[in-house]
Amino acid sequence: MATQAVPQESRGATWSRTLLRRLAAVPPIYPILVVLFAWIIYENPNFTDPPVFLAFLRRASPLLILAAGQLFVIAAGGYDLSVGSLITLTVLGAALMIDGDPSNTYWVIGALYLIGIAVGVFNGLVVSFLRVSSFITTLGMLLTLRGAALLWSDGAPAGYLPDNFRVFGRRFIDDVPVLGQLPYAVIVLVVFGALATFLFHGTNFGKQVKALGDNPRSARLSGVSVPKVRILTFVFSSIAAVTAGILLGGFAGVSMDVGTGYELEAISAVVLGGAVLGGGRGSIVSAMAGALSLRALFTLLNLLGLPSPYRAAVQGLIIIGAAAYAAYRERHR
Amino acid sequence: MREITKRFPGVVALDRVSFDCRAGEVHALVGENGAGKSTLMKVLAGVYQPDEGKIYLQGQPVTFHHPQQAQRAGISIIYQEFNLLPYRTVADNIFLGREPTRYGLIDRATMRAQTVALLKRLDAASIISPDALVADLSVAQQQIVEIAKALSFDARILVMDEPTAALSSSEVETLFRMVRSLQEEGIGLIYISHRFAEVFELAQRITVLKDGQKVATVQAADVTPDELVRMMVGRELEHYYPPYATPEEIGDVKLSVRGGGNAHLHDINLTLRAGEIVGIAGLQGSGRTELAQALFGADRFTEGQIEVRGRVTYIGSPLAAIRRGVGFLTEDRKGEGLSPNQSVRDNVLLAFRAMKPVFSLSRRNGGGRQPSVDALAAEVDLRAASLEQEVAHLSGGNQQKVVLAKWLAAASEILIFDEPTRGIDVNAKAGIHDRIRELAREGTAVLMISSELQEVIGMSDRILVMRDGTIVGELPAGASEADIMLLATGQAHAEKEEAR
Amino acid sequence: MIATARQRLNALGIPSIYAVLLLFYLVAAVLVALFGRGTFISGANISNLAVRSVALGIVAVGQTFAILAGSLDLSVAYLISVVAVMSSYTMQGDPDRVPRAVALVLAIGAGVGLANGLIITKLRLNAFIATLGTGLLMQGVLNASFDNFAGSVPSSFEQLGYGKWFGVPISVVMLLAVAGVGSFILRRTRFGAHIYAVGGNRETARLSGVRTDRVIIGAHIVCSLTAALSGLFIVSRLRAGAPWVGPDGVYDLESIAAVVVGGTALSGGRGGVWGTLGGVFIFSVLDMMFNQLGIDPFLKQVLRGLIIIAAVASYSVRSREAAA
Repeated sequence: MATQAVPQESRGATWSRTLLRRLAAVPPIYPILVVLFAWIIYENPNFTDPPVFLAFLRRASPLLILAAGQLFVIAAGGYDLSVGSLITLTVLGAALMIDGDPSNTYWVIGALYLIGIAVGVFNGLVVSFLRVSSFITTLGMLLTLRGAALLWSDGAPAGYLPDNFRVFGRRFIDDVPVLGQLPYAVIVLVVFGALATFLFHGTNFGKQVKALGDNPRSARLSGVSVPKVRILTFVFSSIAAVTAGILLGGFAGVSMDVGTGYELEAISAVVLGGAVLGGGRGSIVSAMAGALSLRALFTLLNLLGLPSPYRAAVQGLIIIGAAAYAAYRERHR
Repeated sequence: MREITKRFPGVVALDRVSFDCRAGEVHALVGENGAGKSTLMKVLAGVYQPDEGKIYLQGQPVTFHHPQQAQRAGISIIYQEFNLLPYRTVADNIFLGREPTRYGLIDRATMRAQTVALLKRLDAASIISPDALVADLSVAQQQIVEIAKALSFDARILVMDEPTAALSSSEVETLFRMVRSLQEEGIGLIYISHRFAEVFELAQRITVLKDGQKVATVQAADVTPDELVRMMVGRELEHYYPPYATPEEIGDVKLSVRGGGNAHLHDINLTLRAGEIVGIAGLQGSGRTELAQALFGADRFTEGQIEVRGRVTYIGSPLAAIRRGVGFLTEDRKGEGLSPNQSVRDNVLLAFRAMKPVFSLSRRNGGGRQPSVDALAAEVDLRAASLEQEVAHLSGGNQQKVVLAKWLAAASEILIFDEPTRGIDVNAKAGIHDRIRELAREGTAVLMISSELQEVIGMSDRILVMRDGTIVGELPAGASEADIMLLATGQAHAEKEEAR
Repeated sequence: MIATARQRLNALGIPSIYAVLLLFYLVAAVLVALFGRGTFISGANISNLAVRSVALGIVAVGQTFAILAGSLDLSVAYLISVVAVMSSYTMQGDPDRVPRAVALVLAIGAGVGLANGLIITKLRLNAFIATLGTGLLMQGVLNASFDNFAGSVPSSFEQLGYGKWFGVPISVVMLLAVAGVGSFILRRTRFGAHIYAVGGNRETARLSGVRTDRVIIGAHIVCSLTAALSGLFIVSRLRAGAPWVGPDGVYDLESIAAVVVGGTALSGGRGGVWGTLGGVFIFSVLDMMFNQLGIDPFLKQVLRGLIIIAAVASYSVRSREAAA
């Protein structure tokens, strides 16, 4: 393979140019994350203690998982607005199906995943074959699933989730070296993240997702089965939602609003992480970094004494700023 | 227009071309694909600025920096792809941006009246209503709306680019009537077409362009179609092409089609053999790309039979074609052949990976006995900073190489090239030609579509000429440009008729 | 049968959604007569139906403008909350302060619309992200300043929500007036014609000299103004404004849903205000039908979501649009 001839310049100049180019290529979310963490640590030096940091991660895990799932859909060029309602359905449904009897927990979890997969398949089929935009389709599903959740629970979320269900969200493994107590949620997060990273970056599926989002015509003409890939992205996003729901149900308990707003947060996280709405780019780790940044931001605002209502305002500003910056970078590549 | 020169990176599109059009005249502009006709007109319409030369309108020099300036000065172009809003009415479209108002509100009555007046000039007031939605009109009618729009700018010069491409014969008659009545009004018409029957029917003068230069301007009455063809083509063999295949090098039939047809094609019969390069020539709109798409399953055949390596088979989708060993390098490589934001490596492996199960590992090099991407890049002589670079940043020539590497990775035995060297500079072209011949020699069956007659003649072991959706003739290697053009324009028939 | 009814209505210039509305209405009447309690077709019910539609209807008219121009507005719900709270806070139950409050919230509305439009056109952001951002901004600022009902609305203002003129509820008059003005702007002004053009094909519009940025900003201003009007109506019904009013009603997603169900393409360029109203009325008919049939209100949500998908699918199946 021949490399382009480059006019000779001083080695020092080349070296610093390469370094600058490498730095410019780093997605901006990582420096932001570093700054946020630094500031948090400055405000609360306890943050570096394993229990505190792990508690933070535990609370953040549903959003991170959700963001990883959403990235698949966004990278393929669509949106999945139904995930928030799917979380609510998962939690309420779990309470109802388990009905207080811990022996039901495991098959119920299985059933919940089946429901999630069905939702994903439905979304994918409608978008691919009925040619309804993913925005509208998943919007419709958002309303439908929320209604279904409320219908099922008769509007009064009742029941409690037994301990063996809540263990994933709430409990930890004791006596882990160095870290002390390791929350199960963090383990789930890491496993899911690894799985998502493998699927997105290490399999043909991931490559086809990106090709599809980048240029659907060219993907089709290169043999990619567009409907199949698209359906799988929605399925994966729904699986992420069910997983996030299980964790949320674990530490937040049963309530009607448990999933509300999560879809918009997940999309924001993905955009912050550098994926472009419209598809073709992105990485799982950056998307999760975006989610982590959002949670870090909230934590920081809490520490600074800024009342929680302001968090929405700041989130809004950050989203606009980050998206504008990303758009600017896109145009000047 | 005097001494107009226009350069683009790597190519001189127009070289000191002088052209004029008089009021009330139809002046036809002819030349093969890429001769510079569209470019010249775009300069006139203000889409491009000339690097040298000047434009004079009624004796006064003018410069246009924006198409709107040209339009307001009275020069309008009717493009092949209309610039209309489908879900708005005829009147809305014509007056877009200039809606007449009364007391601040749109004056629908005036708009309608003026639209009707315009349509009357074109004798179409009875067929097209100003309140009709453009989407409900036929292509011919939409064209009339475009012309009406141009007239509404008080056009003195009207350029029509291949206006009859999508029209039926009766609609063509209507168009002719319109052209003549516009002539009588004193409007000068510049008519770009390759349909000689129309050119001779309508035009008073004809200008021939070739390779960006003006060959001649003649009176239509003084020249025969045959002479026109010879003026359009006929040049020295510019560069050296690799040698043709010898009969020993041509092997088994890899793909054959009998009686193939679909919405755009009919009576397609062809065979592709290993080691042979079959060229497809024809004018724009003759169905060449549609043929490629049908062979590739992108716009499949609805009748007829396909055989691949001797077995009857059905190619219903691109993936099916790929699995059977067909590869397709599209005309629009950026829009249809590449994923611009993905790396070179991912692009090269895309088709290969599509054949594998969807969750299989994506190996850096395809895995198994698959040649590595490095090796493939070397094979196609790719010049890129790294394999992880995004293909959007590569030059046109290198992008084409990536597409080729993709099909090599997919082990295609049958390759279809659609305009393989379009937009690629001279140096890279030779490299691609050599590569294509090498591929053929290695046993690939090659189908090559090209609008450059030189390329078709230089590369093909056999030439198939297409017209109106079917194959009208086959010529041996080394046929003359004139032979090809005669078949492509349908003049060959006319000549035979006269010879009887 | 539905097809020919559609064709006939289209010939009259009425959006085809009204055929579906009529169908739904009749089906509802039958079902209620058979299984439910009370009658469905009655003056009181129709009046009820109309009033139920006002809040969503007014903001949906504005959303139509945004979507027609090829954009959309997710911030309306939060703007409604802001308007509800700010107006009731400013009024403090004093009738003399009403004009001041109305002027204030309209100004806020116009400002938000301007901001949305500028962010989308100058920062060149995706409408989804841009309006999501401004919506969150508004919610944040609002929640930080108020956490409960604020101020109150004088009884004279409550007339807007509860009063009647010659038997017709004032709010319905307002809805029809807003729809009428909206339709008028779209059909009879240059601005309206340009909105369709920009939404239909921005490049074609630009080449014809249309100032596309201004048109988009204008559409967003109209959208936010209607959201402000809707907020005023809501607060007149609630008698005081609270920060959760907007999100509770899901006005953002529902207004978009009403617009697309009513026949306006999400990609822009075609559709109209009356179609959107048709969509809003359908939702209201369904609501009422479920109430009178004693059906679980949550089932209605389920069906609503499915209906939205089905409606859009039927439009796009008919016109072969590409999906994202």
